[in-house]
Amino acid sequence: MASVTRQTPMVERVALAIRDLAVQFESEQGVVRALDGVSFDLHAGRTLGIVGESGCGKSVTARSILRLVDRPGRITAGRMLLDPGAEGEVDLAALDPESRRMRGVRGGRIGLIFQEPMTALSVHYTIGNQIIEAVRQHADCSAAEARNRAVDLLRDVGIPRPETRLRAYPFELSGGLRQRVGIAMALAGDPDIVIADEPTTALDVTTQAQILDLLRRLQAEKQIALMLITHDMGVIAEMADEVAVMYLGRIVEFAPVADVFSAPRHPYARALLRAVPSILAAPRQRLSTIGGAVPHPGSRPSGCPFHPRCAEIIGDICRQQIPAPVEPGRAGASCFLTEPGRERAA
Amino acid sequence: MIAYLLRRLGLALVTCVFISILTFVIIRLPPGDFVDAYIANLAASGSTISVEQAAAMRQEYGLDRPAIVQYALWMGRVLEGNFGVSMVWRRPVTEVIGDRLWLTMLVSVSALFLTWIIALPIGIYSAMRQYSFADYIFTTLGFIGLAIPNFLLALILMYLGFRYLGLNVGGLFSAEYLQAPWSLARVWDLMKHLPLPAAVLALAGTAQLIRIMRANLLDELRKPYVVTARAKGLTERHAVLKYPVRAALNPFASSIAYLFPYLVSGSIIVSLVLGLPTVGPLLLQALVAQDMFLAGAIVLLLGVMTVVGTLISDILLMWIDPRIRLGGR
Repeated sequence: MASVTRQTPMVERVALAIRDLAVQFESEQGVVRALDGVSFDLHAGRTLGIVGESGCGKSVTARSILRLVDRPGRITAGRMLLDPGAEGEVDLAALDPESRRMRGVRGGRIGLIFQEPMTALSVHYTIGNQIIEAVRQHADCSAAEARNRAVDLLRDVGIPRPETRLRAYPFELSGGLRQRVGIAMALAGDPDIVIADEPTTALDVTTQAQILDLLRRLQAEKQIALMLITHDMGVIAEMADEVAVMYLGRIVEFAPVADVFSAPRHPYARALLRAVPSILAAPRQRLSTIGGAVPHPGSRPSGCPFHPRCAEIIGDICRQQIPAPVEPGRAGASCFLTEPGRERAA
Repeated sequence: MIAYLLRRLGLALVTCVFISILTFVIIRLPPGDFVDAYIANLAASGSTISVEQAAAMRQEYGLDRPAIVQYALWMGRVLEGNFGVSMVWRRPVTEVIGDRLWLTMLVSVSALFLTWIIALPIGIYSAMRQYSFADYIFTTLGFIGLAIPNFLLALILMYLGFRYLGLNVGGLFSAEYLQAPWSLARVWDLMKHLPLPAAVLALAGTAQLIRIMRANLLDELRKPYVVTARAKGLTERHAVLKYPVRAALNPFASSIAYLFPYLVSGSIIVSLVLGLPTVGPLLLQALVAQDMFLAGAIVLLLGVMTVVGTLISDILLMWIDPRIRLGGR
């Protein structure tokens, strides 16, 4: 099974360390805290799954790392260390988003794979044009060399007859092929970190499985640190080594994937798992849902942001105090239930 | 692709036939005919013609025949390149229109290019720096440009140009070149007169196109492929110019179709004010005098120009958008 966790986790090189990242959107209606102190590590050759409902900050996290948050959003605090501890350590949060250095990171160190393979590719240019452009952006090579590299990339992601496909337009390909093109494009600059933002959500189930297989194979070949954003617990179970569960711009639980499925620590993680349809459930049994809806980040509840929807609320402490954030690199939950001295309650 | 072109071409031809029928109906709509107008004209200046003379004139121009026959006769001659004789000027229509057609096109096309040269960069800038100080300035100027009637602007610019810059205002030629045969000196004289009418005609269209470009580009800038381009490491400028601007040009090219006739018809008042020897004022005179063959020829030309404008924009769209070129969606 792919979901088997390795016996010696967290030994691989940390490729990217995010610390206390905060992103705010300022508008006339007030300040929206899209990310509120997020910390995690990405390890070479490992997959971090990020799960949560829509609007919990998954995509903003991805965009922040690439410094592509649209105005009026802006990073207000935190560090994003590329190669932490190494000689060339860079804090991405401190770079000018339009600087040469940052643009070298985009595509060159960190590749991005999108959810919508149709809208993520421009219909106005051939696939060859768009991939070759990405290749030449990060490698000093001739047009012919870049073209050969593009052919190799397309072959690598399992596209038949790559030479012909270079001349095709995105709308001439099926959804699965388009997503393969998207992956080839993300890998064009030979990045060692890849962020996949819901890479299979727009695809049908068979294609989903193929794309996930492809991602896993490429990751193993190139020792890629993969950040996989999804709301699909099935994808997480199949792909992730560790899981970060996000809620309202915070990581509420971080744990190896087996832990999250066998013994989730945070009430929100438990609720999410109950909401996954099971093939073992009794016929016509109602699917469990999480009461209420994700509050608008602009009207964040006081105390623990999850308390209005929490089934296991323990009292005023949840309404008044904010639980400590999850420490990066260590399994845990941001919840009073799991705080020392309250372990009995959990 | 060839099939697409042929279909467009066929449609254009059919449209032209309908335009010719409409033209014929429209010029016959006012009560009375050319001879009535001619008699009224003579009466105004104190002289009259006899009933026999009037009947003879009607016969001469075929005005006593049924409408359908008149249409068929007219179309038959038009297809041979003979647009008939202007009843007021008593000269062949082709001769009366003559240079005016080319001058009109020159003024219109200059205005069109001026419109694009100004509107495109400003529209792109305004979208990329939405709600910036400069965006507000351009927006304000754009709305003022939209709101000011062209003829008023023409008058103001004429005054300013003449009073402070000593420009040649009015007309497209200086007096000494008015009737002169074509020569380099005459062309240069034309070039000196061109900027003012071109600027006046371009202004309203520019304001409109800035708004269109800004709105289109703002829509496109939000699409994921822009993030894809930037995630490759392209500069924002490169990413925006290559991808969303290309997509935003799509509706831009379609708008040529309606800008084309607008530039011609909108120029009637401006042409009168500026004294331009273009087709617009001629059409007005022909309509007032019910000079049927002249008016018919001009209206037909305007209609055909509209069709040509549409055709050009279709071809441009084919070039811009591969989905149209390859017949996919």
